[in-house]
Amino acid sequence: MLKISMENIDKLYAAIKESRDLFLPIESAGQVQFAEYTDDAVVRLDVLKTVKSAKDAFFPQSEDLMEFKVCGKEIDVIPPSGDMKEFVIMGVKACDAKSFEILDRVYLKEPIDSYYALRREKGLVVVQACGRPEESCFCNVFGIDATAPVGDVVTYLVDGTLYWDAQTEKGKELTEKIASVFDNADANDDAKVEASKAETKAIMEKLPFANLDLSRFNGENMMEIFKDERWNELYKACLGCGTCTFVCPTCQCYDIKDYDTGHGIKRFRCWDSCMYSDFTMMAHGNNRNSQMERFRQRFMHKLVYYPSNNEGIYSCVGCGRCVNKCPISMNIVKVIKTMGVTDNE
Amino acid sequence: MQRIVDKINELFANGTVDRVLGWKVGEFSYDRTPYVFTKEGGLDGFAYDSFCANNLSKYLIAESRKEGKVLVLLKPCDTYSYNQLVAENRIKTENVYTVSIPCKGKVDVEKLKAMGMTGITDIVENGEELTVTTLYGDEKVNRCDVLCEKCLACQKTAKECDEAIEGEAYEKPHKDRFATVEELEAMSPEERFAFWRKELSKCIRCNACRNVCPACSYIKCVFDNDNSGIASKANTDEFQENMFHIIRAFHVAGRCTDCGECSRVCPQGIPLHLLNRKFIKEINELYGEYQAGDNTESRGPLTSFTKEDCEPSIVYEKGGK
Ligand code: SF4
Ligand code: SF4
Ligand code: SF4
Repeated sequence: MLKISMENIDKLYAAIKESRDLFLPIESAGQVQFAEYTDDAVVRLDVLKTVKSAKDAFFPQSEDLMEFKVCGKEIDVIPPSGDMKEFVIMGVKACDAKSFEILDRVYLKEPIDSYYALRREKGLVVVQACGRPEESCFCNVFGIDATAPVGDVVTYLVDGTLYWDAQTEKGKELTEKIASVFDNADANDDAKVEASKAETKAIMEKLPFANLDLSRFNGENMMEIFKDERWNELYKACLGCGTCTFVCPTCQCYDIKDYDTGHGIKRFRCWDSCMYSDFTMMAHGNNRNSQMERFRQRFMHKLVYYPSNNEGIYSCVGCGRCVNKCPISMNIVKVIKTMGVTDNE
Repeated sequence: MQRIVDKINELFANGTVDRVLGWKVGEFSYDRTPYVFTKEGGLDGFAYDSFCANNLSKYLIAESRKEGKVLVLLKPCDTYSYNQLVAENRIKTENVYTVSIPCKGKVDVEKLKAMGMTGITDIVENGEELTVTTLYGDEKVNRCDVLCEKCLACQKTAKECDEAIEGEAYEKPHKDRFATVEELEAMSPEERFAFWRKELSKCIRCNACRNVCPACSYIKCVFDNDNSGIASKANTDEFQENMFHIIRAFHVAGRCTDCGECSRVCPQGIPLHLLNRKFIKEINELYGEYQAGDNTESRGPLTSFTKEDCEPSIVYEKGGK
């Protein structure tokens, strides 16, 4: 394991920037988001949760797909320029890191999403163990260990020092390149990291949602849950905004749009929200006409449909962002608690 | 709260109302969800406390179209939104029973978090002091330091309702609601543009501000309507980030009651109320003091014409402010 004092951390960022683009949790106008590192950026590795998740790195909110140019009777189809620089995304927490695996199962399955695949190939993920979980966190319910995130490099931020531990080939290769900025960690440091992990684990056990019961979402009662009367209660106050879907690391739906430039078309895709009234609108109309159906779709997808297509893996990582940000405080925890027990229990 | 519960039970018992639009407790001591309680279901989980910030008036567009009579609980600021919605013929008033309730300002949990109190497991209120229990220790804060932005400058008193439940006398904090607008006006156009760019670049186009807004009560918004030519689901560039908010601010101008819900719900903490307050300030200066939702009859200054109205050239005379 290597280490660098937070006082010198800019040296690490500069070293990485020499060969790659670098994305970090950066504060701007009071909010922390993953954004590209610049010399004057206010980096906040100490902040637990960015408002949006880290998924933009691989699946940006909007992304150009191709361009069509009309010249007389010819139409030119121009693919986006393929020369994307390699990049590093740093400060990714265990929940967001796990969400990449959930997105991979959608986008790297045949037919492979080449835009996503390119970003996955170019990107290197530096994860960071959590130091101060919040009341809304419930990653442990999905088998995620907040102190052992999965990525190319694992880091720990303890008492003003960042510990750096490369895991994969990709991670080791980068580490070799920038080795001069680090010092070697000793046994004393190992003990510090272990102690901090143990502290976080003890807190994890005390979290209010630590014992959320998912047993009813076992893939055997899809129709029963779908038809449950209680959706009618749960959705009632839903505003139909997209907050929960846009802050969520695992929400994966997008819409493809054309922008008329006057002499051609720019085709792009952007995140869509199942909460929106025109979600999956087709020529014949919309197959979910009420907000109840749209609301139900979000949770059925995360807790029932996705797991039934993916060996029981849920499409929620318990990051708690939707718990924090829903304007009416309705969220997946309330859904799990309500639908997780049958009416007569 | 007990007086509100007693009143509701009385109105349930004597058959005046069938349903109640109120707030329900959640998972934490601070999350409250709007909820419709019924006579049969009772008031299980009902709450009215420092965390019931949601303005319930907009829900009446749908609720007042259902069978039976619905009682709605309105904080002083919410009574203005209610009036404005009635003025715009959005609510079937014959199916609504309005009850105004007292408010000492609502607590913004985001402010507690920003002060470093994360991992909140309990918040206990004792007069003007809050004791916040977190997984990392207890802390005490003054209520007035953590009120919602919308409550800091709120000088509203309840408009007439079918019934009023009075609270004890209480002095609200009074921040001048135009103070920040004036600071922005004092900036150079470049500085002002930079301020708004920084704020609006955070927008993720979740539409929470629009969907919560009682003035945004249209069935199909231009931004959702593919035939409008400006429909969009994401801010694909800076222009769109700005345009969405400028159009929205113009559209609610003269109708915005300054209920502050837009800023409160924004997941990105964008001070949208400053745009609305700029419009309110302009309207006050150009057409005379006007408060949307003050009553259900008068037409707003932007939807009525008088010979004394200012000329469009005022824009140039103001010198870009
Ligand atoms: S559903 Fe909510 S808690 Fe689960 S991953 Fe998405 S934002 Fe996080
Ligand atoms: S609520 Fe905030 S982030 Fe969402 S659309 Fe409105 S301004 Fe943008
Ligand atoms: S624009 Fe904002 S302050 Fe105005 S009525 Fe709508 S939510 Fe309230």
